Amino acid sequence: MQLITTLLLVTIRAGTSLLYATLGEIYTERSGILNLGVEGMMMMGALTAFAVVYKTGNLLFGVLAAMLVGGCMALLHAFLSVSMRANQVVSGLSLTLFGTGFASYLGQRLGPAKNSFNLTGLTGERFPIINIPFLEDIPVLSAFLQQDILTYLLYIIVPLAWFYLYRTRDGLSLRSVGENPRTAATVGINVMKTRYAYTVLGGMLVGLGGAHLTLAYTPGWSENITGGRGWIVIALVIFSGWNPARAVFGAILFGGINAVQYRMQAAGTVIPASFLNMAPYLLTVIVLAAMTILSRKKKTSFSSPSALGTSFSIEDK
Amino acid sequence: MNREKIRSPVLRMVGITKRFPGVVANDSINLELYPGEVLALLGENGAGKSTLMNVLAGLYDPDEGEIFIQGKRVEIRNPQDSMRHGVGMIHQEFALVGNMTVAENIILGLKDIPFVPSMTGVKEKIRELSKRYNLKVNPDTFIYNMSVGEQQRVEILKLVYRGAHVLILDEPTAVLTPEEARDLNRIMITMLNEGKSAIFITHKMDEVIQFSHRVQILRKGKSEAVCNTKDVTQRDLAKLMVGREVLFRIEKKAFHPGSVRVKLEHVNAEDETGRQSLKNISFEIRAGEILGIAGVAGNGQQKLAGVLTGLFPVSSGTIEINGKDMTNKQPIQMIRTGISYIPADRGTMGIVGDMSVAHNLAMKKYREEPLSKKGILNPARILSFAKQMISFFNISTPQPTTYVKFLSGGNIQKTILAREIDACRGILVAVYPSRGLDVGATEAVRKQILEQREKGSAVVLVSEELDELIAVADTIAVMSEGEIMGVVDAQTADIEELGMMMAGVRRRSS
Amino acid sequence: MRIVLAKREARSTKISALVPIISFLVSLILGGIVLAFSKANPLNTYIYMFRGAFGNWMAFSETLVKAIPLMLTGLGVSLAFRIRFWNIGAEGQYVWGAIGTAWIMLYWQFLPVQMLLPLGLLVGMTAGAIWAGIPAVMKAVWKVDETLTTLMLNYVAILFAEYLYYGPWRDPKGYGFPGSEPFPREAWLPRFLGRAHWGLFIAIIIAFILFFVLARTKWGLEIQMIGKNPNAARCLGVNIKWGIIIVLLLSGALSGLAGGIEVAAIAHRLQKGIISGYGYTAIIIAWMSQLNPIAALFVAILMAGLLVGGDQLQMMIGLPAAMGLVIQGLLLFPLLAGTIFTEYKIRIKKTKEV
Repeated sequence: MQLITTLLLVTIRAGTSLLYATLGEIYTERSGILNLGVEGMMMMGALTAFAVVYKTGNLLFGVLAAMLVGGCMALLHAFLSVSMRANQVVSGLSLTLFGTGFASYLGQRLGPAKNSFNLTGLTGERFPIINIPFLEDIPVLSAFLQQDILTYLLYIIVPLAWFYLYRTRDGLSLRSVGENPRTAATVGINVMKTRYAYTVLGGMLVGLGGAHLTLAYTPGWSENITGGRGWIVIALVIFSGWNPARAVFGAILFGGINAVQYRMQAAGTVIPASFLNMAPYLLTVIVLAAMTILSRKKKTSFSSPSALGTSFSIEDK
Repeated sequence: MNREKIRSPVLRMVGITKRFPGVVANDSINLELYPGEVLALLGENGAGKSTLMNVLAGLYDPDEGEIFIQGKRVEIRNPQDSMRHGVGMIHQEFALVGNMTVAENIILGLKDIPFVPSMTGVKEKIRELSKRYNLKVNPDTFIYNMSVGEQQRVEILKLVYRGAHVLILDEPTAVLTPEEARDLNRIMITMLNEGKSAIFITHKMDEVIQFSHRVQILRKGKSEAVCNTKDVTQRDLAKLMVGREVLFRIEKKAFHPGSVRVKLEHVNAEDETGRQSLKNISFEIRAGEILGIAGVAGNGQQKLAGVLTGLFPVSSGTIEINGKDMTNKQPIQMIRTGISYIPADRGTMGIVGDMSVAHNLAMKKYREEPLSKKGILNPARILSFAKQMISFFNISTPQPTTYVKFLSGGNIQKTILAREIDACRGILVAVYPSRGLDVGATEAVRKQILEQREKGSAVVLVSEELDELIAVADTIAVMSEGEIMGVVDAQTADIEELGMMMAGVRRRSS
Repeated sequence: MRIVLAKREARSTKISALVPIISFLVSLILGGIVLAFSKANPLNTYIYMFRGAFGNWMAFSETLVKAIPLMLTGLGVSLAFRIRFWNIGAEGQYVWGAIGTAWIMLYWQFLPVQMLLPLGLLVGMTAGAIWAGIPAVMKAVWKVDETLTTLMLNYVAILFAEYLYYGPWRDPKGYGFPGSEPFPREAWLPRFLGRAHWGLFIAIIIAFILFFVLARTKWGLEIQMIGKNPNAARCLGVNIKWGIIIVLLLSGALSGLAGGIEVAAIAHRLQKGIISGYGYTAIIIAWMSQLNPIAALFVAILMAGLLVGGDQLQMMIGLPAAMGLVIQGLLLFPLLAGTIFTEYKIRIKKTKEV
């Protein structure tokens, strides 16, 4: 029992950054924009958060800065994809290439001189674990209640995200833009504005996810701190069927794999570490293939927004 | 009649002019609409009917002119403005989101509903309106589960929900069977009795006669005439529409069919979702014969063409081409048998937009000499071949090297026609070949098809215009729900009977 | 006043040739801004970078060393992009090329030593081809989206290589260094200028062959058709499924060849440094060269120059080598924004008076 609780605890911690980023990308893709820049935005969010916190000691500033950076990068992607009608795949990839490169550069320039300007290996403020009193000893449940504030916020944000998308007027508009932008435009919805808005919002959440890595999970900065998480996020969006509630399961699953990986490596099993590390990536490919094959026959509740990745302009008749 | 002098118009468009680069789509047009009436807006493709209505619906800004609703001058900048004044439009392509319910589609975009809308109230109102006008619409159904006719009724409900009292319908019966068209008429009559009015855009004269009170004919951007429907005949309308006497029958040589070229026996086919799209199709086409396929779009005609061209798999039954079994062969094999295909979806299936006209023209013959040898293309030959085709088929393009997507719709169709006719070796499958073309281009298409018939090809002609089929085809098969309802001789065909078959009534075997 | 985009009547070839050049200049300007904020003089920095990459023959040879694998992976990725197959897996295909070649070099030494290099490269190409073939088959047969599958397989390939050079292939005489034994000297790919090697000529020849095949053969025409309108291509008899698979096998083979050449000529063993990011830079090369094989050669040299110049920065003035990567990352943005002007032009619309 204790083992499950501990495992769950670590899983939730690991899954928090994934879940923030997944929620962000769900909203972006719901508007019809595919943003493959998640890995780059998470990396920049992680770096920005740590650098700002290191310099100012203020965790809130760090988080806000990360969200700002994520939002700006997403804004660039929105500009290229929506206004310049560029190829969204390549635009997103560029964001990742730039983001990872730039984060690496800044990571070696923003540190203190005594560390040759490198941010690696430094310690800064971190989000403390807040234990909910009286409930610490309940098995399983206590795992949810020994987290940091960013995780606690998720307990509210996820249901809100779900409710907004499926039960409000604005969520309906958003979904229509991703499904059929022509129809949305006909009934008076500003497709361009919608896409810009939710892409930027998505970027902010992705940046926030990155911040959690350096301010709570690891904590601290190192090269390649995201380690491919950004790509897992993109897969998680697909696995969740673009549904914020289902995203939780994906985040827990992959957070769990993360947690289990470390345990097994530490315990020294027969399977070499490399193969364990391959697990999430292989799993992603297999699940992706399975989902595609199974949903070929008809539209299911897991189907992608019909207009995802396409560009739209009023003149196209 | 004296009535008009007493009533005042609910809608007046005065001096509407709209220019596009190189063409005046609407030239100082006046239009009046009275309460409780249906006005038909008649004209050929390109006459300016859709443009005029798009101005009214707020999709275009007119360059000159004014609009008055209930006597008051109004500015219409976007569809929401026009809706606020009670004018709503249903386009040929419905503005519905397939993945959402009727109720969600109805409230989509409404600004005056609360942030968290109460769906129960909305659904109540939908049911009430549906009953009032006999629309038979259930608020919880998903759009993608509805037939085209049902979706159209959802569109009507949407307009009525938002308080429209002038409804504009763009070619509403194009997607309906004659029976469904009569249903639509009944729904409209209920609305008219409440004082609502309707304008419907059409190019079909028989519909004008059947469904409208008055008709306004547009020709080349100008308003040609406005008449009371009961005062005119189809011949009158045709003359006003085209400006000259229109021959309803085309010059066609006598029918001398040869050997059987195409034979289908008990062909069944399913689409990706498992639905049966073709049921027990059997027919024969002989050399020098044109088999016309009639029926409302969406009843399996495209699947039939797909099965003949190898694009669509057959689940049972056989297809014989020139005596050889060609069931379920790959497209390349069907092409090698000599089948040419003019698809309905020109941009998606007929051309590669981002390649030159010359390359597109070569796409049937590039595998063989003289355009290529041992796998290597000969650019000079390809270019000269293209120039020949461009001149022979009268394709208007700046250069042979221009990307074909920059050509006009008519010239794109000419490119496809040129390529397919030139490569045709005995069998031609043409699906809605004259859709969206002006009179000149349509004549050219029909001429080419008849020439192929002279040359001894077997032709399958899928068309939504019964007039076209009766004039061009030798035999007509009517499809409904994937089945052939009956096959008739074109010379003795009776439109009523064809209409019944289109609606699903099987022909009594004579 | 409103700024509106209006469609042109035909594609502007003038603009499409200018856009990559202008993009490069814009990225230099943006990079200069980053440098200015880093308290470095942009002009000086760029001069250092240029000297470091092209200043003398030794520098140029180092640039060529990086350019060669970039050329090959760039060609491979361009080929896949031509059919709009987003092959982000060039990195993994490259690694498998290295693994395949290393396998022959290390474990097939019973063969005459002159056979090891050609056989090794062949096996490397095959390994890369298969690695690209897997997501290709998934797309062709089941329509599984290739963006994620190719990417995920990168990580699998990299981890597998890690397993090999940390584990069963580790050099027992290597003092714990993560790498295999060195390959036999005679099987090394010969160099001609510094560390620059004959792989350069292989890459150039392949580029010309690809150019000819794409522009002048039946198959090349079909590839274009599949990329620009697969529906129409299918109607016209082109076999889409096989088209996708064959193109990707070739694409993977080219990246695999890059990996094989790299270990055969530079590293001479399978080691930790093999993972280089070339597969991702290849994407930039493909897009910037507008999928033209000959242009790809030049863009690859430019990219290599940025990388080598960046390394020099680290040594000469202590700026992070990542600066080269930053400029590379900045390149695509102006390129993406500028491409629209090949088919649209800017028009200023006056708003109507009421």
